[in-house]
Amino acid sequence: MTDLRVDLAGVELKNPIVVASGTYGFGHEYGQFYDLSELGAICVKGLTPVRRDGNPPPRIAETPAGILNSVGLQNPGVDAFIAEEMPFLRQYDVKIIANISGNTPEEYGLMCEKLSDAGVDLIEVNISCPNVKAGGLAYGTKPELAAEVTEIAKKHSTVPVMVKLSPNVTDVVEIAKAVENAGADALSLINTLLGMRIDIHTRRPILKNNMGGLSGPAVFPVAVRMVYQVRRATKLPILGMGGVAKGSDAAELMMAGANAVAVGTACFADAFAPLHVRDGLRAYLEEAGLNARDLTDTVQPW
Amino acid sequence: MPYQQDCTVLSLRALNEKAYEMILEAGGIAEEAKPGQFVNIKCGEGHLLRRPISICETSAMQLRLVFEVRGEGTEWLSERQIDDQVSVLGPLGRGFDAEGKRALFIGGGIGVPPLLWAAESAASADAALGFATEKRSLLLADFARVCGQAAVATDDGSLGLRGTAIDAAEKLLAQNTYDLICACGPKILLRRAAELAAARGIPCQISMEERMGCGVGACLVCAVKLRDKNGEAYYGHVCKDGPVFSSEEVVFDD
Repeated sequence: MTDLRVDLAGVELKNPIVVASGTYGFGHEYGQFYDLSELGAICVKGLTPVRRDGNPPPRIAETPAGILNSVGLQNPGVDAFIAEEMPFLRQYDVKIIANISGNTPEEYGLMCEKLSDAGVDLIEVNISCPNVKAGGLAYGTKPELAAEVTEIAKKHSTVPVMVKLSPNVTDVVEIAKAVENAGADALSLINTLLGMRIDIHTRRPILKNNMGGLSGPAVFPVAVRMVYQVRRATKLPILGMGGVAKGSDAAELMMAGANAVAVGTACFADAFAPLHVRDGLRAYLEEAGLNARDLTDTVQPW
Repeated sequence: MPYQQDCTVLSLRALNEKAYEMILEAGGIAEEAKPGQFVNIKCGEGHLLRRPISICETSAMQLRLVFEVRGEGTEWLSERQIDDQVSVLGPLGRGFDAEGKRALFIGGGIGVPPLLWAAESAASADAALGFATEKRSLLLADFARVCGQAAVATDDGSLGLRGTAIDAAEKLLAQNTYDLICACGPKILLRRAAELAAARGIPCQISMEERMGCGVGACLVCAVKLRDKNGEAYYGHVCKDGPVFSSEEVVFDD
């Protein structure tokens, strides 16, 4: 009998499948299709200190094997999440990961305090959103800024802090190391890759924000490569993500070094994608005679 | 409650050079659907995103869909064969509520199909339907069946009045009284329908469109600018809060 449980920075997930922030709201919508307790964890929609309205539409463009989005962190704010969404999520036997974005290190600290008090299981610090002007990506592309945000988040949290890394950098390992040295408990990667599509008839970008974040199967090989590189450079647990759509993708990302795997964009094609990924992964592990935790970092590089 | 279900194609035929009618065996999706709702259909393995298609009508576990070929996804859908299976997510969104109303339905182009079932559900219905040209017209016999009057306008005058659905609607509004206007079509048509309704103090429901992702309200991409009770603007979402909105909620600012 395959044991699917994995450990992510001291938080035990009943299986390695997490749903990725920004693709799953606060769970209500996909919770109509299946029991949210089937998931290892839910990364909720990115939160900011106060309500954000997000970017003007269009916010999505289809691309070969993927999508671009420029939602711009539309969310009701951290207080509304705690008051209105936490009680709903707590009905389920599933770990809750709060994803946060701030404009200043202090904003990250404030949200960490509130969310720790509210009893989330883990905090995912987003220093890599490509769709907002202030903060966001800037923190994720400069090692010293990434470290500063990590330190403050750690100082103000009583739950483990996971830092979400951007692929929009020359050297992801440099950022990973800076964040590890600053005290992060885990890393998640990759966020979306900055991209652009243009309507050749109107000569207008499809996204009103001109550029947006690329996700979906198109980015999967980039995710595998970056998880592999970061695994070799740090000891931190890794939540791997980026284009995972089937069980074999999850196995591959874990083999590259991930301890758990998030499914995001795949939900838009198949509402049951996280469960299909889990079942496919389980079948692979059974065949291989492995428990989930034993798969991490088992790639045998040439 | 929405379902994700593989549905069998029972029939597929071209209604004009761009529009197709597809009948699907759809079980619970058809049973739970309401006028003005939509389904999100997976159009082959090559396209990640499902394609939102409005529900034209339902009958005994069957969905009647009318869609236009706009790109590769809908082209794939138009090439299905009888007995093929397509993955359908739905019913989704909030539709029209015309029950018990004496309603005027204003539709333009491929915005016409979702009005049919809503017109059937009204106490009495008239329709003002606009098309680019006669060759692009659709569902005229259906609207003639369910409406007292079904006025048609074409941009080139090849069928009915030369003009738009709004021109046809103005004529009906001059002759009749209505307690509801429902509209679906291009944004300019929706805006004009909202203005006609506001000028006469008639409630108005409009079906909005925006590039969509998940279709269920999780990804937040299909933003539509709305006005809350205090008059403050915010972004709601077409797939979950709509596609049908009260015209007074919608902010037309572009």
